[in-house]
Amino acid sequence: MTSQLEAYGRVAGQDVIDHLFQLSRPLTGLKVIHVNSTRVGGGVAEILEKLVPLMQEVGIETSWEVIEGNETFYQCTKGMHNGLQGNHVRIPEAQIAAYEEVNRTNAELMREKLEAADYVFIHDPQPAPLLSLCPNRRGEWVWRCHIDASHPYRPVWKYLRRFVRDYDASIFSLAEFAQMLPHPQYIIPPSIDPLSEKNIDLDDGEIAAVLAEFDIDPERPLLVQVSRFDRFKDPLGVIQAYKLVKKFVPAVQLVLAGGSATDDPEGEQVLREVQDNSAGDPDIHVLLLPPDAHRTINALQRAAHIVLQKSVKEGFGLTVTEAMWKGKPVIGGDTGGIRLQVINFNTGFRVNTPEGAALRIRYLFHNRKKIEEIGLKAREFVRDNFLITRHLREYLTLMSSLHFGGRDRIELG
Amino acid sequence: MCPSAEQTGNPGPDVFELKDCALIAIATGHRAVNLKELRDILTVISPDSIYYHFWGGLLQPRFEEREYNNDFAAWAWYGMHDATLAERLAVIDPTDFADLEDLRQELLEIMEERLDEQGYLSWLQASSRFEFIRSQIVIFDTGNRVDSPEKLAELLPGLSTGSIFYHFIDARRRLDSGGDDFSFWLSGHGERCSELCRQFAGVDPYFGSLHQIKDQLVKIITNFFA
Repeated sequence: MTSQLEAYGRVAGQDVIDHLFQLSRPLTGLKVIHVNSTRVGGGVAEILEKLVPLMQEVGIETSWEVIEGNETFYQCTKGMHNGLQGNHVRIPEAQIAAYEEVNRTNAELMREKLEAADYVFIHDPQPAPLLSLCPNRRGEWVWRCHIDASHPYRPVWKYLRRFVRDYDASIFSLAEFAQMLPHPQYIIPPSIDPLSEKNIDLDDGEIAAVLAEFDIDPERPLLVQVSRFDRFKDPLGVIQAYKLVKKFVPAVQLVLAGGSATDDPEGEQVLREVQDNSAGDPDIHVLLLPPDAHRTINALQRAAHIVLQKSVKEGFGLTVTEAMWKGKPVIGGDTGGIRLQVINFNTGFRVNTPEGAALRIRYLFHNRKKIEEIGLKAREFVRDNFLITRHLREYLTLMSSLHFGGRDRIELG
Repeated sequence: MCPSAEQTGNPGPDVFELKDCALIAIATGHRAVNLKELRDILTVISPDSIYYHFWGGLLQPRFEEREYNNDFAAWAWYGMHDATLAERLAVIDPTDFADLEDLRQELLEIMEERLDEQGYLSWLQASSRFEFIRSQIVIFDTGNRVDSPEKLAELLPGLSTGSIFYHFIDARRRLDSGGDDFSFWLSGHGERCSELCRQFAGVDPYFGSLHQIKDQLVKIITNFFA
């Protein structure tokens, strides 16, 4: 066995690793390609960074392709992302033209490889048209939607649907996100990698050094939200909640830490608004971190007493999973995948308003023992359900399902 | 009636073939926002979906402390806030029914009865939708063979949750007795294992996580052979 899988066995259990090898055996040698639009930044890239080598280790020939876009393309796909999440966005014709043109150009570069693959996983809307541009495909093509598409803005979905409907299957993170499509829609929540820089155990000295670097007092209560500067993450609502708490817990500090993905042109504007709202308060730390600041994020999450993810829309909320893995109670928006992870009084609290977030923060600071108790339960919940080993198992199960027919019970060998 | 070897997936009382499985959830696209819709969809939904909402969740992300033993009962309380309906649905033991069609009829009976009792439930909107999900299960042979109860005691701690699901949960759908594969196989070893079978039967498969079920089984069989 390879050392990487041995290492996962130590975290997730050896039985989990044996299970993966047995499940993958009938698929050995098949060629799989994942395609997305960014190599760094954002949850999709982080998942693929680990999922791809793990698929290779269990014997599946797996590669990862990234489509190259221009600024107009990314503006378009950001609009699509927002539209799928329900925002009423009008995407200009010029952006649509760029979207289709970028996909045509990328198809020229990738066509031969994609058409030869046994499985192609296309992630999110950015490369969705590739299927229609590979007429001689021989494998199964699966569209993986990482976005909360439960109530999409209909014109955007109507446009995208025509690219997506011809896939052999699609994957959504939650059943609520699935749309009417003429193929099986698998439900696979995403996952975190417990051995990545962002989640691996850190020693106290490293955590202290990060706090010192950003002038955060390790002796005082700390709230942390880690996410892109994006309206759907409601960073302004977090600042409002912090201000409501400050009256009752004067020593409280807040960290809003985020980066920007290369496919997110709106981030700068939201960051400016956050900086304006936090100006003059030395206990609010707004940190714009580079995409590779994984250990810094790890340290901030570990230093936090409570982690916030007050999203008003959320695909799944991997930052929630990360925080829970570090044994932190999470106060999260009552939306999307946060509902699957945050269970009131057990792994944290779900809230709908800044006022609700403030109330739960005060409750936890008033009941310090609960912070630890909830944190422990949260970590075990992630161990059982949201580690990358479970994610890989579901990809393998899906591939078996497509490979051996769509019956409800498939007996292998 | 004793199940056949084919039904248990095992060749006979002498050798127990340890299998494993993985389950994947598939959205059906059917959603209910009130009890009447739930009833209507339940009338036509595939049996796989009923299976999933009773059992499949054990292999899916779910918080370990389950308050209700099936998704219909949980939704009756958390979605419809109807404690009466939740309690009636929660008491259903799916192994009491010959097949999933009979189980479907029982669910429909209870829902009909509740709709008759409280007319407003036919239009009252739930606070969350019920998403009908179905599942596919992929079963594979681990290659491990057990030729004695003592050997089972040795191997059980190392089994995956998928194996536990297949042999202890999924078996209830396959076996006419509604029991589990371990007990069925152990019962072929005569009187000496009857107490072990009795103790296995006392493990409630509905509320714990698969890890908890496995821990209980391991404890029982380890103590038995200690």
